[in-house]
Amino acid sequence: MSTHSRWEAVIGLEIHAQLATKSKIFSGAATTFGAEPNAQACAVDLGLPGVLPVLNAEAVHMAALFGLAIDAEVALESTFDRKNYFYPDLPKGYQISQLAQPIVNGGQVVITLGEGEAAEQKTVRVTRAHLEEDAGKSLHEVFAGMTGIDLNRAGTPLIEIVSEPDMRSAVEAVAYARKVHAIVQYLGICDGNMQEGSFRVDANVSVRPKGQISLGTRTEVKNVNSFRFLERAILFEIERQIELIEDGGTVQQQTRLYDPDKDETRMMRTKEAADDYRYFPDPDLLPVVIEPATLAIWRDSLPELPDAKARRYQSEYGLTPYDAAVLTSSKETAAYFEQTLAALADRLPDQVADAKLCANWVTGAIAAQLNKTGLAIGDSPVTAPSLALLLVRIVDNTLSNKLAREVFEAMWAGEGEPDAIIDARGLKQITDSSAIEALVDAILAENPDKVAEYRSGKDKLFGFFVGQAMKAAGGKANPQQLNEILQARLGPPGEQA
Amino acid sequence: MSLYKQSLAELRFGLDTRQFSARELTEAFLARVGTHDAVLNSFISRVPEAALLAADQADVRIAAGEKAPLLGIPYAHKDIFCTQGVRTTCGSKMLGDWVAPYDATVHQRLNAAGAVMLGKTNMDEFAMGSSNENSAFGAVKNPWDHAAVPGGSSGGSAAAVAARLVPWATGTDTGGSIRQPAAYCGVTGIKPTYGRVSRYGMIAYASSLDQGGVLAPSAADCAIGLQAMAGHDPRDSTSAAQPVPDYSADLNQSLAGLRIGVPRQWFTAGLDATVAARIEDALRVFEQQGAIRVDIDLPDAELALAAYYLIAPAEASSNLSRFDGVRFGYRCAEPRDLMDLYERSRSEGFGSEVKRRILIGTYALSAGYYDAFYGRAQRARRQVAENFAAAFAQCDVIAGPVAPTVAFDLGAHASDPATMYLEDIYTIPVNLAGLPGMSIPVGFSGLRPVGMQLIGAPFTEARLLATAHQYQQQTDWHLRMPAAYEEGSV
Amino acid sequence: MSLNANQLKHVAHLSRIAIDEAQVPAMLQDLNAILAFAEQLQDPRLDKLMPMAHPLDQTQPLRPDRVTERDERVVLQAGAPAVAQGLFLVPQVIES
Repeated sequence: MSTHSRWEAVIGLEIHAQLATKSKIFSGAATTFGAEPNAQACAVDLGLPGVLPVLNAEAVHMAALFGLAIDAEVALESTFDRKNYFYPDLPKGYQISQLAQPIVNGGQVVITLGEGEAAEQKTVRVTRAHLEEDAGKSLHEVFAGMTGIDLNRAGTPLIEIVSEPDMRSAVEAVAYARKVHAIVQYLGICDGNMQEGSFRVDANVSVRPKGQISLGTRTEVKNVNSFRFLERAILFEIERQIELIEDGGTVQQQTRLYDPDKDETRMMRTKEAADDYRYFPDPDLLPVVIEPATLAIWRDSLPELPDAKARRYQSEYGLTPYDAAVLTSSKETAAYFEQTLAALADRLPDQVADAKLCANWVTGAIAAQLNKTGLAIGDSPVTAPSLALLLVRIVDNTLSNKLAREVFEAMWAGEGEPDAIIDARGLKQITDSSAIEALVDAILAENPDKVAEYRSGKDKLFGFFVGQAMKAAGGKANPQQLNEILQARLGPPGEQA
Repeated sequence: MSLYKQSLAELRFGLDTRQFSARELTEAFLARVGTHDAVLNSFISRVPEAALLAADQADVRIAAGEKAPLLGIPYAHKDIFCTQGVRTTCGSKMLGDWVAPYDATVHQRLNAAGAVMLGKTNMDEFAMGSSNENSAFGAVKNPWDHAAVPGGSSGGSAAAVAARLVPWATGTDTGGSIRQPAAYCGVTGIKPTYGRVSRYGMIAYASSLDQGGVLAPSAADCAIGLQAMAGHDPRDSTSAAQPVPDYSADLNQSLAGLRIGVPRQWFTAGLDATVAARIEDALRVFEQQGAIRVDIDLPDAELALAAYYLIAPAEASSNLSRFDGVRFGYRCAEPRDLMDLYERSRSEGFGSEVKRRILIGTYALSAGYYDAFYGRAQRARRQVAENFAAAFAQCDVIAGPVAPTVAFDLGAHASDPATMYLEDIYTIPVNLAGLPGMSIPVGFSGLRPVGMQLIGAPFTEARLLATAHQYQQQTDWHLRMPAAYEEGSV
Repeated sequence: MSLNANQLKHVAHLSRIAIDEAQVPAMLQDLNAILAFAEQLQDPRLDKLMPMAHPLDQTQPLRPDRVTERDERVVLQAGAPAVAQGLFLVPQVIES
């Protein structure tokens, strides 16, 4: 976009989140992923003649929780409609969805943009979220000339979360998608697995000259199964549209598929007038009514959500807004941080556990390793209790930060718990003052000319003495003590000139 | 008396007192089906072996002292109810040899009750029709007059009961499909309140209108059949939660003081004079029993017809989308591609009336037309329901014709589907409002029976059945049967 | 409010029903005779009424979230026109 600064992108997302119910939205078939083809498609899921849908209570509960979590209006009465179209993986020839009266109306999601001190927040409005059934899968590569249909996924409950076109960049879109992902996971209503399709994001992308109020023609980008691909797909699509318009073309309203191998989007189909879904109220289902008292109970049952948790981290632990946002960005990260902090407190019962130290390590060393290895925090080889053991050795001055990094790397490589590594590698920090004094005295004695220079005002030489002493200590001298002793021995620079 | 002429109560008594066994009873009716159905064509499938097996099981239960109203008594299912192990065709080539892998709730209930299914009866394809001529398995004849239609869509059930090939049969009624064939064939039929009988496993035509019910010689028989079928079903979200009263126990309610509403608007130029006269005769019988005739207004029959012929096709167009040649049923030979598979499977598998209604329904729901058609039709539906509510402020039961004429000739309306739709003008409003309705035989016009319709407020089946039963205590139209089907006449 | 030949073809396509060109005039006549009833629905009395989707004055019952179905694939696919390796088969879908 930087090269096209007179253009502005407008992005809205449609997120399909599979609800983590045990059974399907309208049948008692299991929803578990990865079963044999059609082994989890019962008569209702197959749309056999005569079968009827009965709504799963938990799907309603979960959808309502989402509405409550984003401060939306949860409809006390919602209805189901049929969306009619023919496709082999849509068994009944219609999808049961909610058009006229969805279960969730409005709501908003706050996203954090930028890093560190420069971080700022933005609110993205949610238009609606509605309940619907998932379709099955078409397998095109199994048989030559034939498509195989697996209906195990058919009837899995979904909420489709539709945002307003409030996002202006791929980064914002990803931040919003990640935040929604975090919310559904905090709520425990979706497993969030993007590879398995539990959490699917479609992006509506358009561009317009900056300052223009009306929206440009949009395309819908599908088939993005990771946040990284979402960002790249949107970036590609924005560039494509701008180039198209600047070359004198016009954007066509169409559905485009993202191809991660080629890192491009390509046309899947044009939205024609033929897309006529003939929505009408599903006569097999009656209005879904939620009693206000039930809704109140559900509201009270909400877990602490990312925004509330981040506020608490700031007020309770004095963390920066950015660190708080990073630590609460997923349920697992927050849990890891809290477990580390709790374990540290257990080990050091007579002092206030250093939350900032925990935060720095979780957002720093741990995050860096996870990023490098692509692991999820739940799969980190350094568990929260182990990390706490390491932090204990920092707090009690056994390890300097530098040594701690070395121990951490060894822990990550599977060499064991911190104390064992410290012993095995002899990494214990020297905190005995007399030993450090002896080291310092030896260095000063070896370098009388440098001492003289220092004392004549060349204060930059202080670092030289620190380096020499640390080298002599094999890097293990407590840096703070070393500083203090050196300063005492040398006196203030230039004083004796 | 011959078994085939006995009421369900008499058959029960005979079985319980060991005058005959369920096997003997079943054999007797199977023999009648064998003798007469080649002409009548009222059955699509017969299951003699399964029936005899069920009869033997019933005999064991009877011998063990079990008392149950339908235990060991034969019946026939309209071929719209899914039955595991026996094909369910819905009168369509689309499902020509399809065997449901599960039982309809109604069928489960009847199995548990020990009822003995003789087979599945003929019907208009997907229950769309008023003459039973829209069946992929051929037309059914009216046993009273082989030149006439039996009515539809439950024409096979009505004809089979009229000819006493079965003691009773199930039916379904979306716009009159139990009441109109019952009237045309001179039998008693009841369509209960919407939601009274589970729709699970009853192949859908128009889901917000479809309702299962009973065809039998008498109201007392209907009470027994309905008792076994009715009740809440957790697998049908639209199933009514209300408890089911004892229909047979309530049959002897007196008619004294019962206010019978007679809609002025239904006795006008469109109604055949002989039909009107027979209904007037019947009303006098009610009055003689202490009922009070109240002339009421029940307008908007044409409006109801218009609403029905958009709502029902609209729902049908969606309900029938699942018949796509992918997971079950008919698939065209050698499809070129997916579109060809869809289009040819559906064009070849569905008959012309079904296709006509799918096209109308698709049009009514399509972009730009929804408000003008479907939306307006739903408002009209509200008007019709409000008209009935106002009428029931003045009366307890509404009485009138079932259809404007008696059974018409086979082929009479073949070239003009819209005129055939007018046959449903008195029955359709009842479905739109979801009310219970009955048809009872009240005489003849020439060879062809005349039916009278009784309509009640929601969940007043017991009162309707009692009203009909009291009439049948004073008359014998329901006991008459076509002479050609009497024993020894063939 | 009547249907023309192009609309009929469009509706037939939406319905996935193949129709012969030769059938079109007769079908149009039949369908328009039925649609003629719909004129009734323009009655202004209806404007003030709420659309009625359902005759029952009940709300949607809810099912507890329990798995009640077993794998019955063999039985459920017995009536399928074409199946292999547990999958329903259709001609190759070109797309996606």
